[in-house]
Amino acid sequence: MRFEHPATFNPIDQLKVIGHPTSRIEGPLKTTGTAPYAYERHDVAANQAYGYVVGSAIGKGRIGSIDLEAAKAAPGVLAIVTSGNAGKLGKGERNAAPLLGGPEIAHYHQAVAIVVAGTFEQARAAAQLVRIDYVKGDGKFDLAAERDKGITPHPSFGGPADTAVGDFASALAGAPVQLDATYTTPDQGHAMMEPHASIAAWDGDKLTVWTSNQMIAWGAEDMAKTLGIPKENVRLVSPYIGGGFGGKLFLRAEVLLAALGARAAGRPVKVALQRPLMFNNTTHRPATIQRIRIGAERDGKITAIGHESWSGNVKDGEPEMAVSQTRLLYAGASRMTATRLAALDLPEGNAMRAPGEASGMMALEIAIDEFADKLGIDPVVLRISNDTQVDPEHPERHFSQRQLVQCLSDGAARFGWDKRNPKPGAVRDGRWLVGMGVAAAFRNNLVAKSAARVRLDQQGIVTVETDMTDIGTGSYTIIAQTAAEMMGVPLDKVAVRLGDSDFPVSCGSGGQWGGNNSTAGVYAACTKLRETIAQKLGFNSAEAVFADGVVRSGNRSVPLAQAAGGGDLVAEDAIEYGDLAKTYQQSTFGAHFVEVGVDADTAEIRVRRMLAVCAAGRILNPKAARSQVIGAMTMGVGAALMEDLVVDKRHGLFINHDLAAYEVPVHADIPHQEMIFLDETDPISSPMKAKGVAELGICGVAAAVANAVYNATGVRVRDYPITLDKLLAGMPV
Amino acid sequence: MRSFSYERAASPGAAAAAAAGTANAKFIAGGTNLLDLMKLEIETPAHLIDVNDLALDRIEETADGGLRIGALVRNTDLAADIRVRRDYGVLSRALLAGASGQLRNKATTAGNLLQRTRCPYFYDTNLPCNKRKPGSGCAAIGGFSRQHAVVGVSDACIATHPSDMAVAMRALDAVVETVRPDGTTRSIPIAELHRLPGDSPEIETSLEPGELITAVVLPKPVGGAQAYRKVRDRASYAFALVSVAAIVQRDGTGRVALGGVAHKPWRVEAAEAKLPDGAKAVTARLFADAKPTKDNAYKLPLAERTLAAVLREARA
Repeated sequence: MRFEHPATFNPIDQLKVIGHPTSRIEGPLKTTGTAPYAYERHDVAANQAYGYVVGSAIGKGRIGSIDLEAAKAAPGVLAIVTSGNAGKLGKGERNAAPLLGGPEIAHYHQAVAIVVAGTFEQARAAAQLVRIDYVKGDGKFDLAAERDKGITPHPSFGGPADTAVGDFASALAGAPVQLDATYTTPDQGHAMMEPHASIAAWDGDKLTVWTSNQMIAWGAEDMAKTLGIPKENVRLVSPYIGGGFGGKLFLRAEVLLAALGARAAGRPVKVALQRPLMFNNTTHRPATIQRIRIGAERDGKITAIGHESWSGNVKDGEPEMAVSQTRLLYAGASRMTATRLAALDLPEGNAMRAPGEASGMMALEIAIDEFADKLGIDPVVLRISNDTQVDPEHPERHFSQRQLVQCLSDGAARFGWDKRNPKPGAVRDGRWLVGMGVAAAFRNNLVAKSAARVRLDQQGIVTVETDMTDIGTGSYTIIAQTAAEMMGVPLDKVAVRLGDSDFPVSCGSGGQWGGNNSTAGVYAACTKLRETIAQKLGFNSAEAVFADGVVRSGNRSVPLAQAAGGGDLVAEDAIEYGDLAKTYQQSTFGAHFVEVGVDADTAEIRVRRMLAVCAAGRILNPKAARSQVIGAMTMGVGAALMEDLVVDKRHGLFINHDLAAYEVPVHADIPHQEMIFLDETDPISSPMKAKGVAELGICGVAAAVANAVYNATGVRVRDYPITLDKLLAGMPV
Repeated sequence: MRSFSYERAASPGAAAAAAAGTANAKFIAGGTNLLDLMKLEIETPAHLIDVNDLALDRIEETADGGLRIGALVRNTDLAADIRVRRDYGVLSRALLAGASGQLRNKATTAGNLLQRTRCPYFYDTNLPCNKRKPGSGCAAIGGFSRQHAVVGVSDACIATHPSDMAVAMRALDAVVETVRPDGTTRSIPIAELHRLPGDSPEIETSLEPGELITAVVLPKPVGGAQAYRKVRDRASYAFALVSVAAIVQRDGTGRVALGGVAHKPWRVEAAEAKLPDGAKAVTARLFADAKPTKDNAYKLPLAERTLAAVLREARA
């Protein structure tokens, strides 16, 4: 099905099932521990052996020599695979650093060997006996030091390296009020609960992996490419995923090593990447240095806005596209952005929840707050007065929907923003200095082809199959709701099967594109199935109504199941998009409001309350969507106050590489979170009239926290995370 | 697998004798620290002596009105004990500020005292650490040292002791009771239990090889306002950047011990004489020989401010 024109009325608009806060249909499996995660698939292959990954002990250099004798002789060892005996390996389309290192070492904890043994403990003990002599090289690990050598990256996923409209320099110089400030964001880790985990089994030259991966087709394709085998010989199965946040978008070391280990051992092999390796072996959100310059009239009208960003990566790695949102968020005739990439030898940087946009909004939305302060204008008012309903670089291009102003004004009213004292450091509640902060939330909606197969059987059960994944987001549930709405059956008549490369290729889960596109793909397949059923039952498909388990037209009504009396009816289709995403700018908007308390003595920062108001198209399931947004808000608090992969610039690694040292918020850090969805449908986006929502929730949160800390204390911190040591010297007396 | 032998000790004396008589032996009680370190092969004992069967899990009153806390009393039980809550508030508060509910249910009194540092360089076996591998150097010096010690440090080690409980016990002048391999017992003032790193940071306590802690004795209650204030980046499950255990009497005298600043709970009795002069005077004495790094110099003003807040609240 091609989606070329704005959606008109369709069966989804009935909203009998869609739009309801349905609890997750796989929830009972998860709460009872019976949803099998990759490492727990004990039943899928007999005789599973265990793999333990050896990570590089240096950040840059090469392996001088490797001695496997002691490890091979250790009890239970079945095989050891290194680059020396792995055979020729290719590299996945979406990998920068090789997943199996050696002799060259690209980064710390890059996998250099897998030890396979009969038990986990045997594999772990033998791994300690692998003797490697490294020759250390000169690595570059300091972004600030490499910043000025930054290279201009090729246009990538996030846009061109340079953009310019009008005459930014003159407009800025001529502006009566100006801001020029530099912000930094640190490297951050996904820190998901389930580590990368896989079981691999070979049957002749065919490979099956049970894994934890957000993008099944990418994973299968890159596995085939890396192993140099036909794609048809690779099957990836990933029905349940214990958190990904972008860290599981790609083929990663544990699944490749499980496949290599299984081939070498002649047995199925399971591997869970050890927790201490999670932060340096896998990908992370790269650190940024960002400079923002804004010029405006005294009334706050922005005339010039510029945003530059520097980040680093390994060879073949991409920059963090932190400037993207500045191209679209606020009006202003003269504007520029620039993205530069430094060559670093730290682990590979890649997507983490709202890549680019989350980091960029962390800086931009502090800058707007600083600018409001400078202008003496309320930051909500300043944002509203610089709203734009068109793409500022291409004014002929409208936003499909843009309710930023409503998000800000509704949020301000609900939060009690009028009670905020604009004078910093002026509000006290016992030992706490109290402050309020606001930031815009803004994340683009991305459209991508997505396919599904739908089957009706003679019991009237509708089964959906697609390689779409559910990474804790609610995909199972919204896909079931879509099929139920389309076929006119209750939810318990729908079965959903996900995460298998034998199923039609979906959009996968990432970039907040999963919900809208995968359900639109199911919509397309269901539309086709409706036609097949109508034809089978002798209805005119345009007139047939599917409701309450029957198909009705005029006075005639036939139970749905009857259509499959002679055998299952199957339809497969994909949603494919025309030019609407080019004609219109499709984005999601919101406003984050945060109140913090800062201990007047210790400068400890604790969030007191949070509110998000979001406008993100039709909300397919308000309960699942709310869970996504409050989870993202929590992650935003982590980004604001504690998350920091600390670089040891001498040894070239993230040194705090476990969950005790890399702090993320705990329950006690998160107060009551309120979140509101504005009523919105976006017929430009898809037949579902929905858009992404999950990553909108993180964009802007950290800046709202930072702005609240400033309001509480008068101390402006421009280097994340905002920790008490950065406040102490400036605390009010 | 990397094998180790295991036994369940029948008596404290037998446990100590077994520990002294077996190469590379370790006691195991709650295991919340030891097992983690074994998985990472930072601790590689050849023999484990499980002391959980020893009847050391009681809290009893001593003849002079104090409390004897068995070595195996779990942190949760100790924090909840009505006598501890009533008479030793600083200890109950310190315990509840530590770890998580799950860990406190498992962790024991003696194990808490003997837990090892959380320095990230101690935890990465690829990097130098004099505590883990004597003579290899200290990677924390010149590295990431925001959490590290500011006082009592050496060129060999700047690690901190992670315990909250021990800081309160230091303020309470607790005494550690032990049994030695030869069956004799002794009492060690808690001030003398933990060592400064010096040039042998791998030796962390004054315990002799095989010596087993059997109890911690608290002297009779000293009254006063008792506070434990732990400062950290997140609200729970984080080690102290700085913590203050304080007992303040009506007349303005009192005791102060700090956590998160040294290789052991940091108390300088001479500094307490300055209490009537306020926090600045006390911390000036506590930190007279401080040698902070660029990353952790903030701990000095932070400790002063935290102590000031504790004193203000105690006197309110």
